[in-house]
Amino acid sequence: MGKNLLDKVWDLHSVRELDSGQTQLFIGLHLVHEVTSPQAFSMIREAGLGVPFPERTFATVDHIIPTDSQARPLKDGQAESMMSAIERNCREFGIQFFSTATGHQGIVHVIGPELGLTQPGMTIACGDSHTSTHGAFGAVAFGIGTSQVRDVLASQCLAIERPKARRIVVTGKLAPGVYAKDVILHVIRRLGVKGGVGYAYEYAGPVIEAMSMEERMTVCNMSIEGGARLGYVNPDQKTIDYLRGREFAPKGAAFDEAARWWLSVASAADASYDDVVTLAGEDIAPTVTWGINPGQAIGVAEPIPSAEQFAADERSTIDDAYEYMGWHKGDHVAGTKIDVAFIGSCTNGRLSDLREAARVAKLGRVKPGVKALVVPGSQEVARAAEAEGLHEVFTAAGFEWRLAGCSMCLAMNPDKLVGRQVCASSSNRNFKGRQGSPSGRTLLMSPAMVAAAAITGTVTDVRELLDAGKTQGEAR
Amino acid sequence: MSAAGKQESALIPVPRVAGRPIPLRGNDIDTDRIIPARFMTAITFDGLGELAFRDVRFDADGGELEHPMNDPRYRAKGPRVAIVNKNFGCGSSREHAPQALYRWGIKALVGESFADIFFGNCVAMGIPCVTASEADVARLLAAVEEEPAHETTVDVDARCVEYRGVRYPATLPEGARKQLLKGTWDATRILVDALPKVRDTASRLPYTRGFAAIR
Repeated sequence: MGKNLLDKVWDLHSVRELDSGQTQLFIGLHLVHEVTSPQAFSMIREAGLGVPFPERTFATVDHIIPTDSQARPLKDGQAESMMSAIERNCREFGIQFFSTATGHQGIVHVIGPELGLTQPGMTIACGDSHTSTHGAFGAVAFGIGTSQVRDVLASQCLAIERPKARRIVVTGKLAPGVYAKDVILHVIRRLGVKGGVGYAYEYAGPVIEAMSMEERMTVCNMSIEGGARLGYVNPDQKTIDYLRGREFAPKGAAFDEAARWWLSVASAADASYDDVVTLAGEDIAPTVTWGINPGQAIGVAEPIPSAEQFAADERSTIDDAYEYMGWHKGDHVAGTKIDVAFIGSCTNGRLSDLREAARVAKLGRVKPGVKALVVPGSQEVARAAEAEGLHEVFTAAGFEWRLAGCSMCLAMNPDKLVGRQVCASSSNRNFKGRQGSPSGRTLLMSPAMVAAAAITGTVTDVRELLDAGKTQGEAR
Repeated sequence: MSAAGKQESALIPVPRVAGRPIPLRGNDIDTDRIIPARFMTAITFDGLGELAFRDVRFDADGGELEHPMNDPRYRAKGPRVAIVNKNFGCGSSREHAPQALYRWGIKALVGESFADIFFGNCVAMGIPCVTASEADVARLLAAVEEEPAHETTVDVDARCVEYRGVRYPATLPEGARKQLLKGTWDATRILVDALPKVRDTASRLPYTRGFAAIR
């Protein structure tokens, strides 16, 4: 029986088995941002350790950086000290740092792929749970904490146990108006927010194969929201085509050699898995979260499920979600009035996301009273979007066009909800207080759905707008 | 002497942890709730202890809300053992979450299950997270809430938790268990000691060789 990608990549990167039985795993690419790294660099200094593989670590700023003005010094003194710290740490240890001046700054999970740093067959670690994003390329990529960031800096390795592998096959095809975001929200809804604990998710089947690299990134990005520390898609011709010509991708004959090796790390056709789950693409509707974790999601036309529909030990979480969100039994999430619309994040802040949102934004104007933000995932995404005139589409429709950063996904910067505001958000977490207000409310959905909500002022099935737009277009 | 030429840090085994129990009920308690992101704008972990569970412990004006960490019955000084339900520590990888709990006094956790990244962060800090059955966690929570003023022991070595003379089977993955028992939970030195072997492994990977054909 052949090996799956997880086992192939794991075995290639295994330095040795430790006395604990764990693997000492070599990390091919280490990505660093300003929030989870300063303490790690301090620990390195205090212990008198060095950074033996500085060429395998790359850094940028994303979490704390404002998206209105990035002029230095930053207005928030603490944020400015974090900026200075990462600049100083990278300089001292010889690590390449993508500052705003380089034109390559952005959310760490957006810039890794677009620079061609992220490649198939690599192990990738970063002090950020959404590192699973890079699995879209057939990399074994996962989030770590600060003490482990220290370990990677000091040794380019981690002491870690191999997860189990679950293959998730999505059959058939998606209906129009249904996006990668809906697929992953559906997966998490079906398998639960803890269904993936201890697992790596391998996404496969016709729906995944038909996806672009950016769509695959959206799916892999939210693996962690289903409890899986890593998720991946087997590399194919799309993976190779995406990487060709990228700044850090191999060039010339080496690229062809690389492409052959990349395809060879894909799971064997007869590979074994600890578990296999099959879901039908046709069952997936535009999906929206209604609760306080990403598994509390429904098709936009469905009523919010009541506590009795869940297992007994889940009911307190359901009751908690009802109370926090302010729902009453029998409510629908469709038609819910929103205060803020946020398009961006490492989940949905790439060019194709902005294109889909702009297609909807063209159909109307932001409802008065709604604050609508579009935040490109990187400076490169911003340049590409501006070259297509997407920023003009958004601003003409009443959206604010911002600078690259994590923005309101986690609100460690000036972009925050206020009070109990309701936000239609293309980000990844609807946890209590996630978007910066301890009582703020988040409804997760695709970027097109967020744009639809911005225009109508309420949660709306984007297909209704797209169909109406099509009819108008035909009438003209 | 290690490869880095510095004095070897002493290995600190964590075979068991004793402390007063504190129940933190609820499934899927995420790390944003344990430490809201706005408190991570800092370059150290200092002061995080008082901010643990900030938004569920205090209202906007700083008034105390009903929460076990505010309950006088669980406010005894000294080390604490938290008792939790399923998927504790899900979401963000922020080590700020276990750092906040540790600095508040929580030196071990017992629960039905833990999120993978949170669990790994705790091990790297020498904090045991042991899992017990749903029924045993329910019994333990009930026992603690009825009479909290006793010490509980999380025994990594004997794979159990003890409270008021009752032993509850509780374990953790063998790799992490061995790290805690041998004191190798702070893995840095062990990883660094193998640097020559690390370089060997790295040199065999096609992408570190610029994809030059392997001869």
